[in-house]
Amino acid sequence: MGAGKSEEKKTKARVKMREQAPLERAGNFMEVPYGYTSDEAVEEANRCLTCLRPACRNGCPVEVDIPSFIKLIKDGKFIEAAWKVKEKNALPAVCGRVCPQEIQCESLCILGKKGEPVAVGNMERFVADYEAEKGEIKVPEKPKPTGRKIAIIGSGPGGLTCAADLIKSGHQVTLFEALHKPGGVLIYGIPEFRLPKAIVEREVEYIKELGVELRLNTVIGKLYTVDELLNEQGYDACFIVTGAGLPIFVGIPGENLNGIYSANEFLTRANLMKAYLFPEYDTPIKRGKKVAVFGGGNVAMDSARVALRLGAKKVYLIYRRSEAEMPARKAEVHHAHEEGIEFVFLTNPTRFIDDGKGNVCGIECIKMELGEPDQSGRRKPIPIKGSEFQIEIDVAIPALGTRSNPLLSSTMPDLKLNKRGYIVAEEGTGMTSKPGVFAGGDIVTGSATVILAMGAGRKAANAINEYLKWKYWDVSNLPKS
Amino acid sequence: MFKILKKEELSDLVTLFEIDAKDIARKAKPGNFFVLRINEQGERIPLTIADFDRGKGILTTVFQKVGKTTHLLGSLNAGDFISDIIGPLGKHSPIEKFGKIVCVGGGVGIAPIYPIARALKEAGNTVISIIGARTKDLIFWEEKMRNATDELIVTTDDGSYGRKAVVTVPLDELLRGDKDIGLVIAIGPAIMMKFVCITTEKYNVKTIVSLNSIMVDATGMCGACRVEVGGETKFACVDGPEFDGHKVNFDLLMARQRMYPEEEKIALEKYKEKMEVK
Repeated sequence: MGAGKSEEKKTKARVKMREQAPLERAGNFMEVPYGYTSDEAVEEANRCLTCLRPACRNGCPVEVDIPSFIKLIKDGKFIEAAWKVKEKNALPAVCGRVCPQEIQCESLCILGKKGEPVAVGNMERFVADYEAEKGEIKVPEKPKPTGRKIAIIGSGPGGLTCAADLIKSGHQVTLFEALHKPGGVLIYGIPEFRLPKAIVEREVEYIKELGVELRLNTVIGKLYTVDELLNEQGYDACFIVTGAGLPIFVGIPGENLNGIYSANEFLTRANLMKAYLFPEYDTPIKRGKKVAVFGGGNVAMDSARVALRLGAKKVYLIYRRSEAEMPARKAEVHHAHEEGIEFVFLTNPTRFIDDGKGNVCGIECIKMELGEPDQSGRRKPIPIKGSEFQIEIDVAIPALGTRSNPLLSSTMPDLKLNKRGYIVAEEGTGMTSKPGVFAGGDIVTGSATVILAMGAGRKAANAINEYLKWKYWDVSNLPKS
Repeated sequence: MFKILKKEELSDLVTLFEIDAKDIARKAKPGNFFVLRINEQGERIPLTIADFDRGKGILTTVFQKVGKTTHLLGSLNAGDFISDIIGPLGKHSPIEKFGKIVCVGGGVGIAPIYPIARALKEAGNTVISIIGARTKDLIFWEEKMRNATDELIVTTDDGSYGRKAVVTVPLDELLRGDKDIGLVIAIGPAIMMKFVCITTEKYNVKTIVSLNSIMVDATGMCGACRVEVGGETKFACVDGPEFDGHKVNFDLLMARQRMYPEEEKIALEKYKEKMEVK
C-alpha cells in the first residue's frame, strides 16, 4: 500500500493558476492568470521530488537555483525564496510570466517524463509577487566601488540583467534607453494582460535602487557615439543590447495601405503609448472590426489578443505552417484559442486589397502544404496553385520578425557585422571586433526571447568583469560571420 | 524634462520655441528632426529642428497648431517644461559645394529650410530661396532668410503679401531662365513638395524633399513612417527624412498622413471643450 501511495503522489496533477474567464478577459487589459495563493504555492512546491541531481537548473539561461527556492517555498519561507531567485535573476516577476519554461527548466523536470513537470515558472512568479506585496524588497549591501564605469545601451531584459550584475561587482553603471520609458520589449512589446507594466516598473525600480543610473530619451549613435562614451565620457566598457530591429513586412502588393501595422507599431501604440485608453491618452490606434495577424510567434499571439481587446469582432491568425510548427509559447497559444482567435493554418497572404481610399479592406491568401524540412528543421511550406481566396478585414498586422537596425552600427565602421547586419560577437562573452565593446541579445542573434537576452546580459557582465581586470582583448575566436 | 526658454508667436497658428537641450543642440545638423512627448498622456510627434545654438545649448523649433498635441504645445509658455525630447534624429542634409541651388520652404516648412539654406551658403553655394504660404500671416523669418541667402522670393496664395502665386510659379521661371541651377531642396506640405517635383522634373533638376510622415518611436523600430521611394518601402525616420523627390510616391505619403482623421477630430474637440471649461 505504501508504494501505491507514493505512486499517487508522484502523478498528482500540477496546481493550475486560476484565470479570468476567456470571454470576460477578451474585453479587458487586465492580467489573465491571478497567480498562486500561498497554499497553492506550497502545494505545488510539494510536488517537487527534491532530486539528488536536479536537472531543472541546467535548463535556466541565468542559472537560478531552482531546487533551493522550491525547498524554501515548501518550508513556507517565501521571502527567502524570492531572495534565492534574485541571487541569479534580477527580474523574477517578469521571467515567471514570460519565460518559455516548457522548453527550459520544466522540460528537464523528472516529473515531466510521466506527467506534468513542476510549475517552476508559476512558483517564481509567486515568490516575486509575494516579496513585492509584503514590501520587503531586500537591496544587497553596496560593494566597494571599483572606480570603473560601464555603459549599457538598451534597457530591455538583457541590459537590465547586465546592469544588475555589474553594479553588484562595484562598478558604476549607466543604462541608456532611446525611448521615454525603461524596459525595452517588456514595456513596448509585451501587453499589459500578459505582463502588467507596474511589474516592469517595480523591477526597474529595484535595478535603480541597486545604484544603476538610467538615462532615458538617449539614442546612442545619434546623441553620443560609442567612441564618445569610451574616449570622452570615461566609460571603460560598453555593452550593446539594443534589441529588436526594423520590422519585416510581407513584401506583397498593398503593404503600405492604411490599417496595416507592423506588430512592433501596433504593440508600441497599445502598450508603450497606451492607445487602448485613447482619448485619455493621445496616441490613436485603429480599432479593427475584422483583423488579420500574420505569423506564429509570441508577438503574433500578443498582437491578435490585443486586437481582440480593442474590440475586434473577428481576429484571424494566419500562419503559413501548421499548429505544430508555431514557435509561440504554449500557454499563449492556448489562451488565444480560448479567447476565440481564429487560427488559419497553412495559409499565406498574397496581396492586400484597397478600398479605393487608401485603406485596407481585404486580403487575398493562398493555401500552403508542407514539403521537406528547411534550414530551421521545420517542414517548408509550399503554395498550392489555384487555391487563392479572399478574407474581408480592416486591420492587418504582420508579425514576421525583424531585421537588424543599422542606426547604431552605421556609426561604428570598426564594428564587424554579419551578412544580415547583426553584430558579430563571441558566443560565451559577447566580445566584438572592437576593443571594450560587447554585444548581446537580438542585435546579435536576431529575434529571440526575453530570457535568452538575459542570459546574454549575464555572460557579458562576467566577461566585462574579466576584461576590466586585464584589459586584454583577444577575439581570434570571433565567428566568421 | 526640457525647459522652454523662449516663446514667440510667429502668427495665430505658428509658434516658435527655444528649448534648453544642450546635448541635442551640440549634435544637431541641418535636416535633422526630433521627437517630443509633452506629458505622460502625450503622443510622440516629430518636429523639425529650425535652428540650434551649440554654444548656448539651445534648440529652436517652429510648429503649426493643427491637432490636439500641437495646440496643447502652443499653449505652453517660456518657463514650462516638456517631458521628453529625443534627437537629433534622421540623416542630416548633404552640405557640400553644389553650385547654384534653390531652397523652397512652404508654410511651416520655412523653418527647417532656413538652417539648410544658411549652411549651403556658408559652404560656398549660390542660394536662391523661395518662401511661400497661404496668406501673409503665415509668412515668417523673411529677414533671416534674406540674410541667409543670395536672393529671396516671397509668395502668398491669396496675394496678401509678396507675389500672388504658389511657390512653383517663380520656381518654374528660375529653372527656365537659369540652366546653372543644379539642385532644388523643398520642404513643406506634401502637396507642395509633389508639385515642386513635377516642376523640376521638366528641367531634369535633382530635387531633395523632406518627408513628414506619422512616426512613433522614430528610430526604425515601428515602421509607422514608411514611404515608397523608387518603388521600395523606406522608413522616413532612419532612411530619411530627405529623399530624392522624383522617386517619392507623394500620393501614398498624403494618404498615410490622413490615417487618423476621426481620432484627430475627437482628440481636438475634446481638448477645445476642456479649454473652454477652464
